[in-house]
Amino acid sequence: MVGMEAYVILSAVLFVLGAMGVMMRRNAILVFMSVELMLNAANLALVAFSRQWSGVDGQVFVFFVITVAAAEVAVGLALIVTIFRTKQSINIDVLHQMEG
Amino acid sequence: MENFDVGTNLLVIIPEIGLTILAVAILFMDSLLPESRRRSIAYLTFFGMGLIAVFPLMLSPDGETYWGGMIRHDMLSQVFKVIVLLAGSITALVASTTSDLGRKGEFYLIMTVSTLGACLLSSAADIIMIFVALETVSIPLYVLAAFNRQDKRSIESGMKYFLFGSFASAVMLYGFSLLYGFSGQTGLQGIADALRAGAVAEPVSLVIAIVLVFVGFAFKISAVPFHFWTPDVYEGAPTPVTAFISVASKAASFAVLLRFFVAVFPEELSVDGQQMQTFWINLVIAASIVSMTVGNVLALVQTNIKRLLAYSSIAQAGYTLLGVAALQGIASEGVDPAAQGVAAVAYYMLMYTFTNLLAFGVVAIFSDATGSETIADLAGLSRRNRWMALAMTIGLLSLAGIPPAAGFIGKFFLFNAAVSANLEWLAIIGVLNAIVGLYYYLVVIKVIYVDRSADDDKPILLTTPAGVMLGITTIAVIILGVIPQPFFNWALESATSLFS
Repeated sequence: MVGMEAYVILSAVLFVLGAMGVMMRRNAILVFMSVELMLNAANLALVAFSRQWSGVDGQVFVFFVITVAAAEVAVGLALIVTIFRTKQSINIDVLHQMEG
Repeated sequence: MENFDVGTNLLVIIPEIGLTILAVAILFMDSLLPESRRRSIAYLTFFGMGLIAVFPLMLSPDGETYWGGMIRHDMLSQVFKVIVLLAGSITALVASTTSDLGRKGEFYLIMTVSTLGACLLSSAADIIMIFVALETVSIPLYVLAAFNRQDKRSIESGMKYFLFGSFASAVMLYGFSLLYGFSGQTGLQGIADALRAGAVAEPVSLVIAIVLVFVGFAFKISAVPFHFWTPDVYEGAPTPVTAFISVASKAASFAVLLRFFVAVFPEELSVDGQQMQTFWINLVIAASIVSMTVGNVLALVQTNIKRLLAYSSIAQAGYTLLGVAALQGIASEGVDPAAQGVAAVAYYMLMYTFTNLLAFGVVAIFSDATGSETIADLAGLSRRNRWMALAMTIGLLSLAGIPPAAGFIGKFFLFNAAVSANLEWLAIIGVLNAIVGLYYYLVVIKVIYVDRSADDDKPILLTTPAGVMLGITTIAVIILGVIPQPFFNWALESATSLFS
């Protein structure tokens, strides 16, 4: 039997990894994957807490998060494709049309 | 299973139902009308949202929660729904005047969906609802920011908005998951009750949750240090989209920020002897000071009018946070600083909506006619079209806070609320910042009226919708500035409903 703490610690580790990925990666798709990792870290925490409280609210929340994440993927990938068309690169450092 | 009355529950979300019907109608019109007549979609959106904005006023809010606790039907949600609906309505009119968006049916569809999200957000009373509504506002806005696919700046702004936005909402979601973990509840009231009953023994864990959630809200209202996206997104996005982002999503986010913190971390909640309210109010105060200062100082050096308005918008978020900070005040002698603060925020958002739509409306018409967005090119605007020059002047005076424009009285209410909450020093910082802000707004007015340009003899013509749009917003700014009392009383009523 794995304790409650293990799940929460794992989710915190995933969340921190995701946040570090967003800040350190320069490839738009990898940044985007890191954001997904953060969302899933929250999902893991929600499911674990849901079990602890023996309610379904947390699991319902997770379904909504998955739906929202799917919508974000659709928009995000579309944007990445458009960026690639104009710049032939998806490195986020090429996004410097506007400065100041 | 509690008794679920479909009729009353549906009545509560009448504005949202109206917006859904409007969205479907736009979709049909876009596919049925020939390209040349699609501008009427803009007018449908304008009149449709204007009509829907009347619905919340006809309902009598009772402060109860509906839809299984997802939505709270109170005056505060009513006020903010009216604000976002008017913002959407006028944005449609701004967009109809531009050549790139005017006939794009999908633009109005996506904007209507975003407004729907903003309506839900302003009445959300459950962390699930807050998250879903916030994303319903944001995801369409990422698309809209990148709407001009041919324009590199527009795509770049969409991408930046998307990356920062999804990061901020993931951080906020983690904060929500922690709150659920502490309390086993998703309703704001349920979480508050569980916390009061001592669900959390360590203040540190609550502090982490507060910080994570605050990051998400700070991003949406573009408060420093989560403002990095603001100048680039504002500059690159099509001007009507910038106008919409700067008013609707900001206003709805302030509504939910107030509702969340007032409900979950009220004054009486203390964990292990630590008062939680003090902590989040201090966060708000810090964000307020740096937002005002950074926004105003960086605005001084801008040469692009949209970038200038972006930094101005960061500074305005700072002023508005003054009103939120007033929530720490303790009621005495019949004056409740907390209610004053909430009312000041609501009033400020109402007047800011009209003011910013006015300013961005002029910029949209100007850049559509001349293809330029630099401040220097505004030179001679008073000779090219005196009505546009007058409207822009009133908008800028309102942003600067000079009577009789509404910005003056809005700032007065905010500073007044801060003073009544014993935050005199914070109000003084606000006033000093307003003086700095005055400089760069006046510089733009000087350019419009005094500077000469080679194009002085090329008049800019106003179309009827553009004239109507400038007329409505200008008159609204003046009315809100000259007779603020009825509107402030309305806001005050909404503030009281938040605490009952």
